[in-house]
Amino acid sequence: MPAFEPVLTRNFAVPDSQTLRAYESRGGYQASRKAITEMDPDKVVQIVKDSELRGRGGAGFPCGLKWSFLPKDRQETFMCVNGDESEPATFNNRLLIERDPHQFIEGILISCFATKAATAYVYLRFEYIHAFRIMERAIAEAREAGHLGKNIYGSGFDLEIYCHRGAGAYICGEETGLIESLEGKRGWPRIKPPFPAIEGAFRKPTVVNNVETLACVPHIIERGADWFKSIGTPKSYGPKLYCVSGHVNKQVCVELPLGVTTRELIEDHAGGVWKGRKVKATVPGGISMGVMSADEMDVKLDFEDIKKTGCLGLGTAAVTVMDDQTSMVDYLYNTSRFFAHESCGQCTPCREGTGWMYKIFKRIKAGGGRLEDLDVLTMMANNMGLTPGTTICGLADGAAWPVKNVLAKFRPELEEYIKKNQSSKPLVTPLQKAIAAGTVAEPVALGGRVYPAPQPALRSPGGS
Amino acid sequence: MASDVTTPMLSEAIRDKIRAFIPRYPNKRAVTLPALHIVHEYFRCVPYQAMAEIAEILEITPAEVHDTMSFYGFFPQAPIGDVRVWICRSLSCMITGGDEMLEHACKKLGVRSGQTTPDGKLTVEFAECLGICDFAPAALADDGRIFGPLTPEKVDAMIEELKKDKDPVDPTHGLGSSAGPATPSRPEG
Repeated sequence: MPAFEPVLTRNFAVPDSQTLRAYESRGGYQASRKAITEMDPDKVVQIVKDSELRGRGGAGFPCGLKWSFLPKDRQETFMCVNGDESEPATFNNRLLIERDPHQFIEGILISCFATKAATAYVYLRFEYIHAFRIMERAIAEAREAGHLGKNIYGSGFDLEIYCHRGAGAYICGEETGLIESLEGKRGWPRIKPPFPAIEGAFRKPTVVNNVETLACVPHIIERGADWFKSIGTPKSYGPKLYCVSGHVNKQVCVELPLGVTTRELIEDHAGGVWKGRKVKATVPGGISMGVMSADEMDVKLDFEDIKKTGCLGLGTAAVTVMDDQTSMVDYLYNTSRFFAHESCGQCTPCREGTGWMYKIFKRIKAGGGRLEDLDVLTMMANNMGLTPGTTICGLADGAAWPVKNVLAKFRPELEEYIKKNQSSKPLVTPLQKAIAAGTVAEPVALGGRVYPAPQPALRSPGGS
Repeated sequence: MASDVTTPMLSEAIRDKIRAFIPRYPNKRAVTLPALHIVHEYFRCVPYQAMAEIAEILEITPAEVHDTMSFYGFFPQAPIGDVRVWICRSLSCMITGGDEMLEHACKKLGVRSGQTTPDGKLTVEFAECLGICDFAPAALADDGRIFGPLTPEKVDAMIEELKKDKDPVDPTHGLGSSAGPATPSRPEG
């Protein structure tokens, strides 16, 4: 196998890589020119279909196939780019936008040409503040240079790209949640069908793609589908940005062919586990994908192999490494806290399930665990999400998977923790104490710490 | 307080800024989030009257604006500090000490998570993954400054820095002249 040559990150180390000048000097906007002036949209769709590019956002749905679901007789199409990268431990899209925004814009340009979309909305999470500023500047530069706007390259194709900023909601990364949020509503995922390709944003056919997926498109057009398929493993082709964080010496994002193992990632790219410790468990692709034990470190991180470990999927390929001193109770406490905070509250199994899971793990962690809790948790985990068919979107599956995986792989540890950590004192919450004493519970006192009460704000609204 | 209904809260300049977003979308309601961001940026909060005025501009009901606003845990109704800082508590940050860093910052400032310091300069909040896990445990200020990997000492230094004036928009967007890969150093111990 020839040495892997990074393509998505090839401009990252170039000085001023965010500028149009730097990007064009490296051969940028050649692929879009080729696609728009020499090809027709269906041919672009066919090439992307042939490359078997799978969505990088988590589900791994074939991108070309998604595009071909658009109705043939559509009048208007919207492109929504999912830059609401909120999956814990994932930051590859941020780097793609910050370091090489024009590669991303070229990807949008070709994809919009292929899907005949005249408007593209880049839904960026609010926390990506630099990325937003860089995008705004890059879009202005590209428009000035004629890569965006009316009659691009004299072909009669028009495109406008707008950045739409989110407001800190994880669920807006779900494609229909994103569309609802874009329309100015709460980010509640929609019941499918109709799928966005038929009826999406503003009730028009809509394509929703991840940032990294679109960043692959110019390279596929430039080098061909066969080149793309020469990289990676069967059914998982192409390069992928892997993020590694947690208990490693160097937290990085590296571009590698799909199908590397966790061991290679940790040892060759992240400088090994910190403090000379050993790996206990790794999270393969954002916390909703579940967890792998140290024995499973040689499983290939691609769309297919990873399912053998019982994980939900590849997800965003953002690996979190946990060393041998990490407690699985802490891990579950964290994941359940995350999902309880981020559940949108639309479907009862998820809203209640994530909340109660969090309460149970909080109690176990505090020394009030019972062995039968583990069975209750298994039952809950098996009954929430798309897999049992009780919710609209996959958030609840993400909440259930860490629980399912840990109970399958680390159950003895949890039992031992529960047996060893039994608080002798009855667990009375500060609120229960206050109620029993008949006093008004002060929020500050409930936190167990006494801080001076903050002053009222200095400025009031309306005042100058 | 501009509670008098006859006095509009949003100035003509802000209204124009909101109206400038309308051509971008097929309907006016889609401007709700941008409008909330504009108001929030100016007032450091989104008061009820502002929501009613946004609704008027966008030709929707105040309840619809409030419905959207309240879904996101982002828009406070009372003004926050000059700088808002989020300290991450999601997995990669937690296992490297994120929860402790948040607690340290709160103790140091004498506030609880979500509160503003008495001098009105700094609001500290927890956050679920900020997408800066290469800096874990990390913090993000709402002017775009990234801090990490944090240690208790670095949290102290961060607070000092944030209490100074807001960062003027950095022309290089915090990436320096050569935007090479960030290689955050790992704290000792």
